[in-house]
Amino acid sequence: MATVSMTVNGNAVAADVEPDTLLVDYIREHIGLTGTHVGCDTSQCGSCCVMLDGDSIKSCTMLAVQAEGAEVTTIEGVADNGEFHPMQQAFHDNHALQCGFCTPGMVISAIDLAAKNPDIDEAGVRRGLEGNLCRCTGYHNIVKAVLAGAQAMKG
Amino acid sequence: MTEHGIGVSVKRKEDRRFLTGNGNYTDDINRPGQTYAYFLRSQVAHAEIRGVDTSAAEQADGVLAVFTGADLAADEVGGIPCGWGLTFQNGDPMIEPAHPALAQGKVRHVGDAIAVVVAETKKQAKSAAQLIEADLNELPAVVDMKKAIEGGTLVHDEAAENTCYDWAIGEKADVDAAFDGADHVTSIDIVNNRLIPNAIEPRVALAEYEAASGDYTLYTTTQNPHVIRLLMGAFVLQIPEHKLKIVAPDVGGGFGSKIFHYAEEAVLTWASAKVGRPIKWTAERSESFMTDAHGRDHVTHAELALDKEGKFLGLRVQTLANMGAYLSSFAPAIPTYLHATLLAGVYTTPLIYANIRAVFTNTVPVDAYRGAGRPEATYLLERIVSKAAREMGIDQVEIRRKNFIPSDAFPYQTPVALQYDSGDYEATLSAALEAADVDGFAARKEAAARDGKLRGLGYSTYIEACGVAPSAVAGALGARAGLYESAVVRVHPTGSVTVFTGSHSHGQSHETTFAQLVSEQLGVDFEAVDIVHGDTSKIQFGMGTYGSRSLAVGGEAILRAANKIVDKGKKIAAHILEASEADIEFADGSYTVKGTDKAMAFGEVALAAYVPHNFPHETLEPGLEESAFYDPLNFTFPGGCHVCEVDVDPDTGVVDVVNFTAVDDVGRVINPMIVEGQVHGGVTQGIGQALLENAVYDENGQLLSGSYMDYTMPRADDVPSYHVSTEETLCAHNSLGVKGVGEVGAIGSTPAVINAVVDALAEKGVTDVPLPASPQNVWRAIQEAGA
Repeated sequence: MATVSMTVNGNAVAADVEPDTLLVDYIREHIGLTGTHVGCDTSQCGSCCVMLDGDSIKSCTMLAVQAEGAEVTTIEGVADNGEFHPMQQAFHDNHALQCGFCTPGMVISAIDLAAKNPDIDEAGVRRGLEGNLCRCTGYHNIVKAVLAGAQAMKG
Repeated sequence: MTEHGIGVSVKRKEDRRFLTGNGNYTDDINRPGQTYAYFLRSQVAHAEIRGVDTSAAEQADGVLAVFTGADLAADEVGGIPCGWGLTFQNGDPMIEPAHPALAQGKVRHVGDAIAVVVAETKKQAKSAAQLIEADLNELPAVVDMKKAIEGGTLVHDEAAENTCYDWAIGEKADVDAAFDGADHVTSIDIVNNRLIPNAIEPRVALAEYEAASGDYTLYTTTQNPHVIRLLMGAFVLQIPEHKLKIVAPDVGGGFGSKIFHYAEEAVLTWASAKVGRPIKWTAERSESFMTDAHGRDHVTHAELALDKEGKFLGLRVQTLANMGAYLSSFAPAIPTYLHATLLAGVYTTPLIYANIRAVFTNTVPVDAYRGAGRPEATYLLERIVSKAAREMGIDQVEIRRKNFIPSDAFPYQTPVALQYDSGDYEATLSAALEAADVDGFAARKEAAARDGKLRGLGYSTYIEACGVAPSAVAGALGARAGLYESAVVRVHPTGSVTVFTGSHSHGQSHETTFAQLVSEQLGVDFEAVDIVHGDTSKIQFGMGTYGSRSLAVGGEAILRAANKIVDKGKKIAAHILEASEADIEFADGSYTVKGTDKAMAFGEVALAAYVPHNFPHETLEPGLEESAFYDPLNFTFPGGCHVCEVDVDPDTGVVDVVNFTAVDDVGRVINPMIVEGQVHGGVTQGIGQALLENAVYDENGQLLSGSYMDYTMPRADDVPSYHVSTEETLCAHNSLGVKGVGEVGAIGSTPAVINAVVDALAEKGVTDVPLPASPQNVWRAIQEAGA
């Protein structure tokens, strides 16, 4: 067992875990934040995306011990005191989610994409979200939402 | 129209919890003392089980128990049942082999479960499973359906020629005569590719047994909790309904794959009592690929007879339909009653004959996947119609118009059992032609050619049958259950409302759409209506969500319960306002006495119902809660026109969908935003089938496309933005006039894409492209045509 400590959504957390524990399992099972989802076992679907030290990463593809000391933001930490982040608001306004399962990873990826590319266009959004699978929306409204969210984030 | 009423794109109630990570999916639930299950699965497609030695696994760290098929048999646990019976042409019942929840005697597909390990942790369960010694004598596997019926190894000894049933509809002699008199016959061979549904949430089950009460609870990722309770409780485990609770909380997509009762649900529920602790199983994605029921997988030869004007005279269809290794819950109905009965499409074809032969193979069972039979029927029709037009030199739009069922011909009786109640195929076609700017296509094609691309335009004019189904019809056709829906509307003393529905939302937005309905019907605030679903201990009964039935059947049940509330309120208002019940009118949330200014708000009536200080109790009960069961009179028949425009790179075979237009008639639209979202998703799955997705087995029964690395899911950069709109004709037999929208996108789109690819390649001499039109398949078609 190894004690792994990090900051998750602004809170210092620590847990004793097996050294081969994935970051996503650390977040879901040890910290108890179940908003981050697991949709595959090959790092393909993006449901597990979280922000780690300012970058969106797939938390199924990293060991918890590798995230020792990191600043992690999960979907639970995106809203500000109950106020939607502009990207969450854009997803809501544009009906960019249906079953909601891919949504946390999709929102995290979208925030990262928009933050790094404030003037992104549709083709850029489609390329940038290539690592996140959604089976419900056909991406149409997700793309609209990310474009709107990117504009709102600039404001 | 109110701010949140029918026809308004109200933003969803569901969103806040999903957008903030507060959804409650099955894998998010943990119970005190919970243990974990891991299933040891066959890595070979077909083998005799000589023995399973679990002794080492039982001694491994953390292991509480290991069970095999022999343990289930010893406890007289039943097999996984099939919910639909078909017959052979001579009336003999279909062959219905046993489907043990853990394999007994043989394994029949890669992924068939041999044993389950229950341990303290997931990792311990998985590690211990590697210590199980399964002595398997591998047998030849049969994967290809044609080989299966021509003397291939038998998947089940009792199914000669691996045939589950050989079924037909229509008068063959009459159809043959139409062909004899035809001016032109077009024929086509189609392999409708096997698809893997791939809801992004993998299946999960968590079972718990309380010894003190004898109560079982199963949390599971299902689209229809009451159906699971019935199938598992009554047929597999013999647990009576009042001792078995099924909870399907937030479910992360289904697309049909979560309709069925799966072995893991029964094994966990049974084992939870044996072990005396809750047990959770979460599918890994690779397990989803080899255990979730697959979709489609037809091999079809079809012929269309036409007169010299291009009018359809007859259609003859021969289909082999893959059932996989066992019969999944509703598998036998898909290629027959949801496929062959749709072969009239939107056309007046007077004579149709279809022969469907269902075949067992050593592959994952096949069952309903978004559209279920109707995409296969639409694909067949729209491909053969387009091919006929090309062969006869008739315009693609003209041949369709020439054969449309006219809008004044409803109700229209097809030659294949269904009676369509309403539709206007010309309306959706002409709207689609305009929206797709078909007039500008020639110029766009020229421009594409300057970039070295071949541009093509493809059409699909389709119909589907959904809102399943009248129970009487379904029963006559072999369904072993009814297909109604139920609802309870509970008005609380302060006038807020809780609706309990047997429909289940796993992305369909019921919490919003149903609240709009009730809000409008009762005149209460949208925010004052909550929708409860997915828990058999809360909902009186339900048949669940599939076949685009939630609004047309479930919504109608809610409406009827709400109407009973209105009527009960009239009695209460009449009593309090001292008027005759016949003089009470209800509108916009207010009861009024006709011709007077006497009125009571809905909330006041609700309060009175629960504070019945002076009710005449012999004639007026306190309380304000009503229930309804609604069994529809007919299927509903959404239809429409999809137009696809593609660019094909002739050097690489890469197909790019550059424009996609869908104009659908889904009946009355309650929430346009949600309806459009359903179409977007369906169209993307249809484009996925056309261009990307394909379940591939090798000849030994190994699933080669068993992960997201190998099975090509549509991604954001594979598809364009769409032009989606609706044209309304109302369903004639439900009071809402709604038809259903869940599947239209997936049903209409695939042939439009392939027709566009064939159109683009026509100048290269290509007349057909196999599904999926991958770069390799397209490139090969070009080479073969040029050879």
